[in-house]
Amino acid sequence: MRLEPKPASSLAASILYPLGALLATFVIAGLLVMAAGANPISVFGLVLKGAAGSQFAILETLTRATPLIFTGLAVAVAFRAKLWNIGAEAQLYIGATVTVILGTGALPLPAIVLIPLLMLAALLCGALLLAGPAWLKIRFGVDEVVTTLLLNFIVLLFVSMLLEGVLKDPMSLGWPQSAKVITEAQLPRIIAGKRLHYGFVIAVALAIALWFVMKKTVLGYEMRAVGHNAGAARFLGMPVNGIVMKTALLSGGIAALGGFSEVAGLKGNLTLDLSPGFGYTGIVVAMLAMLNPIGVIFSAIFVAGIFVGAAAMSRAAGVPSYIADVIVATSLLTMVTAIMLSRYRIRWR
Amino acid sequence: MSTNIPALRLTSITKRFGPLTANDTISFDVNQGEVIALLGENGAGKTTLMNILFGHYVADEGSVEVFGQTLPPGDPKAALAAGVGMVHQHFTLADNMTVLDNIALGTQSLFRPRLDRAAAKAKIAGLAQDFGLSVKPDALVADLSVGERQRVEILKALYRDARVLILDEPTAVLTPTETDALFKTLKLLVAKGLSIIFISHKLHEVMAASDRVLVLRAGKLSGERRTVDTNRRELAELMVGREITPPAVPAVPRGRVLFELSGVSTVRQAHGTPLKQANLILHGGQITGVAGVSGNGQAALAGLVAGTETPSAGTVTVNGNAISGWSPRAALAAGIARVPEDRHSQGAVADMSVMENVIAEHYRDARFSRSGLLDWAAARKFTQSIIEDYNVKCPSPDARIRLLSGGNMQKLILGRALDPDPSVILANQPSRGLDVGAVAYVHQKLLEARSRGAAILLISEDLEELLALSDRIVVISEGHLSRPSARGELTVRQIGEMMAGHEAA
Ligand SMILES: Nc1ncnc2c1ncn2[C@@H]1O[C@H](COP(=O)(O)OP(=O)(O)OP(=O)(O)O)[C@@H](O)[C@H]1O
Ligand SMILES: [Mg+2]
Repeated sequence: MRLEPKPASSLAASILYPLGALLATFVIAGLLVMAAGANPISVFGLVLKGAAGSQFAILETLTRATPLIFTGLAVAVAFRAKLWNIGAEAQLYIGATVTVILGTGALPLPAIVLIPLLMLAALLCGALLLAGPAWLKIRFGVDEVVTTLLLNFIVLLFVSMLLEGVLKDPMSLGWPQSAKVITEAQLPRIIAGKRLHYGFVIAVALAIALWFVMKKTVLGYEMRAVGHNAGAARFLGMPVNGIVMKTALLSGGIAALGGFSEVAGLKGNLTLDLSPGFGYTGIVVAMLAMLNPIGVIFSAIFVAGIFVGAAAMSRAAGVPSYIADVIVATSLLTMVTAIMLSRYRIRWR
Repeated sequence: MSTNIPALRLTSITKRFGPLTANDTISFDVNQGEVIALLGENGAGKTTLMNILFGHYVADEGSVEVFGQTLPPGDPKAALAAGVGMVHQHFTLADNMTVLDNIALGTQSLFRPRLDRAAAKAKIAGLAQDFGLSVKPDALVADLSVGERQRVEILKALYRDARVLILDEPTAVLTPTETDALFKTLKLLVAKGLSIIFISHKLHEVMAASDRVLVLRAGKLSGERRTVDTNRRELAELMVGREITPPAVPAVPRGRVLFELSGVSTVRQAHGTPLKQANLILHGGQITGVAGVSGNGQAALAGLVAGTETPSAGTVTVNGNAISGWSPRAALAAGIARVPEDRHSQGAVADMSVMENVIAEHYRDARFSRSGLLDWAAARKFTQSIIEDYNVKCPSPDARIRLLSGGNMQKLILGRALDPDPSVILANQPSRGLDVGAVAYVHQKLLEARSRGAAILLISEDLEELLALSDRIVVISEGHLSRPSARGELTVRQIGEMMAGHEAA
């Protein structure tokens, strides 16, 4: 068996390969479900029903997808320039923290002013949080995988300290949670009485904007060049360090917006379980999307649907909802394989 | 074994890449103890053919036989076992390992992971002794010069008892002395009964070192000559289908000083010698050639012009302005065109498209972008014009540049560099790896730029090229630049002596 590079991947291939990967995922996961003694067809049926079988299910999936779109975009942007931002989790928490600090009454402003202001504040703080590791990388060659990963723990402990101290809601009966943000700081619900909020719309708009940035702008072009070969980019006159820094600011800011969206749109306050690892799952989401911003919307919905659907299935069929982790992990492996196959041709014989 | 079985037999090999037929029903034999030179234009399909032979690619049709036995297609291990060794156009050594480990890598069974180092060392020493391939077995490959690396590659093949040795453009990166040594080694190998196929674009080498010449043209075998029965003119014609005439060098009045180094020194970089107190003046309308054995400070000199290197002492003056804050971007802004030595690590982003590479130096200009938005339509039009003007063989502007043959990549880089009429041109090994037709074309383009008044710095290891084009020649040796001498003032012999470090009398 040999691999040969292909000249350019076609549009058909870019649709067919991910579909093939999806199919392979369900075959492999199906075998595991069978091993667990259940019927894969009915289990997947239940997952699908739980994820998309009713208006409630669909809204729940989209609600869960919203933070994943933000973190997925943050990772996609960074990885495109080979800036390995593993710290979307920390950036998300910083965005949420800033939102509760400024949004619980400190700024008595109308919503039309307050919401953009909170978004801007979250964006800036997330950007600054990733600027540190980016600077260390540029200046001293410190590996950003290590620094951004460690920052996740530092920030989470920092948030925990705030929630036990200055940010603790006096009415919380001792729970480490912040006060609720004021009404003017809340993102409206898309359908009254349902959980899906305008954070989803912001996320989708952001994805489209980033697609445009990557495809059509000088910055997107520079980021791709730096990602492919920083040495050549430098020789060709690109300001490589500046581009890495801009990428970091963009990526960190986007992840922090995810934190804003969760607090202002869904939860209302800050707790230590605001994110069940959205920052890390964002890496999977971005990889599944082959780092394409529009693809991130779909891969985030896919991953969210699996988790939401598996939870419902597990209640009905008794198969542990861990199958969701298995499906998501398997889909990552098949997708990485599909990406390779879309770039290289396999020659048997 | 009967002697009439050929060492190697290719039978109607055909290889297609989509619509392109890179090899078209190619058949030939290589006899034992024979040296075959494989010639052909850039993109003719030479590397592809050798990759099929060695099992890297699978042919769509045809078969390869080694000593009468058909090789299973697409299996380099089987090719190795049958005695085929290959030294690639781009080396394939592990930088972070020693010479010894690189050579012995993969020859030992996985179940006996402890390498018998003493035996391996002895075998390498024996081979090195027999064939004039001196290497330091314990040195790290990362620390070796290009010539040394090539010797390691050859040893690697011999260590596996290769009986057919394939060398893809082995001399493209060698100094003339190293080239001579390589050909001596090849003679010794043939004397032991090995068969050799080497690819080269340098016709004088082909004439000097081969027994038989095969010429590929657009994927087809277009000619076969015994070396004694042919000459350089005929070979060039077989290759490109027309006679190649070197471009005439017109008289051009000397322009004003466009670039100047005065007393410039640089600090030592990872590779190569720094410049020491170098003085150099480049006039408009003149080509200044730099002769020297590679590694004597050429990289630092080129870096100073290209903007990747800054002086630690002395001043660099461009267009009458002393530079400060020198960078690739500043060099481009000052109207300096750069043709770098290394196409793969500097000249191009291999995994981006031809179009994205063509605009890479000038995407900020108003013609390609406005207020942060790229104008891809304009970029495509510009790319297409370069592809046409420079006769670049490439599937489309959207193809990844990695897939282009070396010569075609070089033409694109040259086209990109020369487009907005530059005032100063750095041409660092501009014709390395190019076929004779392409070389003539590149020379003509450089001469045209000279006629338009550009100041050109031509760094080359090819003395023939330097003497043909340069108005003045300086010699670089251990980081020192000699005083320039006018065309015809120095003989080849004198230049050679100066390159070895003796000032001309
Ligand atoms: N994997 C591939 N996919 C598509 N086209 C390819 C691939 N590899 C090579 N080609 C094309 O096949 C043709 C022959 O390429 P090859 O590398 O064999 O040329 P070459 O004779 O070695 O040229 P050079 O002298 O420049 O090294 C070129 O047009 C090249 O673009
Ligand atoms: Mg080649």
